[in-house]
Amino acid sequence: MITGWFWVDLIIKVVLVLVVMIGLALVAIYAELKVMAHMQNRIGPYYAGGRWGWAQPFADALKFIQKEDLVPAGADAVIFKAAPYVVVASTVATFVVIPFSPSLVARNLDLGVYFLLAISSLTTIGVLMAGWASANKYSLMGGLRAGAQLIAYELPLVLTVAAVVVQAGTMSLVGIVEAQAAPIEIGGLSISLPFLLKGQIVGFIIFVVAAVAELSRIPFDMPIAESELTMGYLTEYSSLRFTMFFLGEYAAMISMSAIAATLFLGGYWMPFVPDSALIYVGPFILVTKIAILVFFMLWIRSTWPRLREDQLQDLAWRWLIPVALLNILVVAFFKVVVF
Amino acid sequence: MSYQPPATGYEALMHRSEVAVSVELQTQDMTLNIGPQHPSTHGVLRLVANVDGERITGVEPVIGYMHRGYEKLAEVRTYAQMTALVNRIDWVSGFASEVPFIIAVEKLAGIEPPERAQWIRLILTELFRISSHLVFTSSYPLELGGVTPLFHALRERERVLELIEAMTGGRFHPNFNRVGGIKPAAGGGKTQKQVSMDIPGGWLEDVKAAMERVLGATDDSDTLVTGNELIKARTVGVGRIPADKAIEYGLSGPNLRASGVAYDLRKQEFHLPYDQVEFDVISGQDGDCYDRYWVRLQEIRESVKIVLQAIEKIPAGPLRAKAPRVLKVPKGQVYVRGENPKGEFGYYIISEGGQKPYRLKIRSTSFSNLSILPWVLKGALVPDLVAIMGSLDFVLGDVDR
Repeated sequence: MITGWFWVDLIIKVVLVLVVMIGLALVAIYAELKVMAHMQNRIGPYYAGGRWGWAQPFADALKFIQKEDLVPAGADAVIFKAAPYVVVASTVATFVVIPFSPSLVARNLDLGVYFLLAISSLTTIGVLMAGWASANKYSLMGGLRAGAQLIAYELPLVLTVAAVVVQAGTMSLVGIVEAQAAPIEIGGLSISLPFLLKGQIVGFIIFVVAAVAELSRIPFDMPIAESELTMGYLTEYSSLRFTMFFLGEYAAMISMSAIAATLFLGGYWMPFVPDSALIYVGPFILVTKIAILVFFMLWIRSTWPRLREDQLQDLAWRWLIPVALLNILVVAFFKVVVF
Repeated sequence: MSYQPPATGYEALMHRSEVAVSVELQTQDMTLNIGPQHPSTHGVLRLVANVDGERITGVEPVIGYMHRGYEKLAEVRTYAQMTALVNRIDWVSGFASEVPFIIAVEKLAGIEPPERAQWIRLILTELFRISSHLVFTSSYPLELGGVTPLFHALRERERVLELIEAMTGGRFHPNFNRVGGIKPAAGGGKTQKQVSMDIPGGWLEDVKAAMERVLGATDDSDTLVTGNELIKARTVGVGRIPADKAIEYGLSGPNLRASGVAYDLRKQEFHLPYDQVEFDVISGQDGDCYDRYWVRLQEIRESVKIVLQAIEKIPAGPLRAKAPRVLKVPKGQVYVRGENPKGEFGYYIISEGGQKPYRLKIRSTSFSNLSILPWVLKGALVPDLVAIMGSLDFVLGDVDR
């Protein structure tokens, strides 16, 4: 509660979530341009904005908006037009439950994790809509690939999150962060550690792999695969609708990193930072953790090529899901028997 | 807003048949038109592919979008005028396709080019081979989705192109050969005429330095691409061409050698002094995409070896033999082939006497290399299509001529 009036609070929260999401997404776009450029012996954007090319994402967005908004003749116009908004809306909605500090959270749901997983898989529907409604064979193949891929990788993602929920004993994201901040006794020494160092290392690795696949980024970017399917389900999109997809992609990158940071790396909490300071320092701690994870994804992108669709399914069903199931068993065993 | 099928005509018939098929729960193959404008067809190749889901059941290449009629053009041009055209057939290695033509003309006319010119031709051919293979090793990972190797290899290729430019004045289309030798190097003009009658000063030293950097680029490729697990997952065992099939379809160059046939025209026919340099013929084993990549990467290293030896061995002397200003070629015919970076590249010239050829047949490499596509793509997946097509390393200008 900020002002006490429900509608005013709601509007403030919605605006805040939108600003944070778009702002972070723009920073992620700029980071991708610059980081990849330096990894590839290039300078990257340089002129826009006068210094370091900082205005390049804005320039790109403006350029896209100026383009003609095309709807293919054979397309199912209503679904074609709605698809980007479904993708963006589901991505924005994930920011609602992510805590940036003990009190800076748009809505602290008791079933926060459940909400996250449910809402983030809505993206799949948007992508399928785009692929089907475009009336283009490349789009169709891209959409179907995306569908198959997102279903396959939703499972290991959910399973690793389930292991975290078992360890934390709560589904509220604030509760999960507090569970990581709670000190544990090891040989008379009282320390507090994030879940990553409390036996969730396997879970974290699976989560990151599955998250990269969920985001359709290299090495799992088959739904887009510009060398095979030109642009996959994005082939027919232009102008503002393409910008929406584009922004949604980077916002999803931020939100996935935020989820990973909250579940495994302690979220807004950090060791040796007093609890009273967390309310102010918390957002910076979380954003730093997000930045590290995003950098990791950019690094992967400039190192690896993409896998093939069957290899991707192979990885998900034969390796990630069994290991994730085993992970739950082990975590539950330690939770019940040892601690 | 849903699709309304027309009531009569062909489309209505098609719609009814589609409904009937879907009622029986059978699926229909989809015809996927890849190209002529597509990111990975290297220009204007069109592939009409029948796909069952992601599996390709048949593919038919449609070529000719870039036909420029060089064979016909040759009939109305003098031999000297043709040198400007032949290096545009395979533009990634322009000089290498110039050399067999000019040697064929010299053989017909009975002109012996001086040795120094031959050695310079050899060095430039190898530089173009390095440049062409660097384009391949950089752009092939790009087709598999890896962006970074492109920039690392293209940076060193730029050094090679700068050397070529310093020598010939052009980066891609040198037009550097003359009947009887080579043209005086770039940087000419009235005041420098005496100086520019030979290769530019310090050029050979620059080449040596550049070769070091090229070797560095191949080492970069080794660490970034060759041992990369995902590259291996995408290429090992994909698009296998057994040796007998490769010979059957007339493959040549690295594509043939990757299948295990150690056949290199540089070891067979010595129009250029390849017999005086030492190098290995690299050949693969399985003939899959990975081998084709690996063979080309190793060939860059062999080319560097050849260039360094040639720099030591290059003799002094004139650059051009005495040839008549208006070249009249006697009656006769000749076939000269050379090892282009992409494979066997040959010219068959029939002369009825006079300044122009009666008929010119160009045996272009990529055309033959591409002919195996329908066979090798059958049963592959759509992502493999890109991997296989890229690994054959063809240039559309070379296919269509």
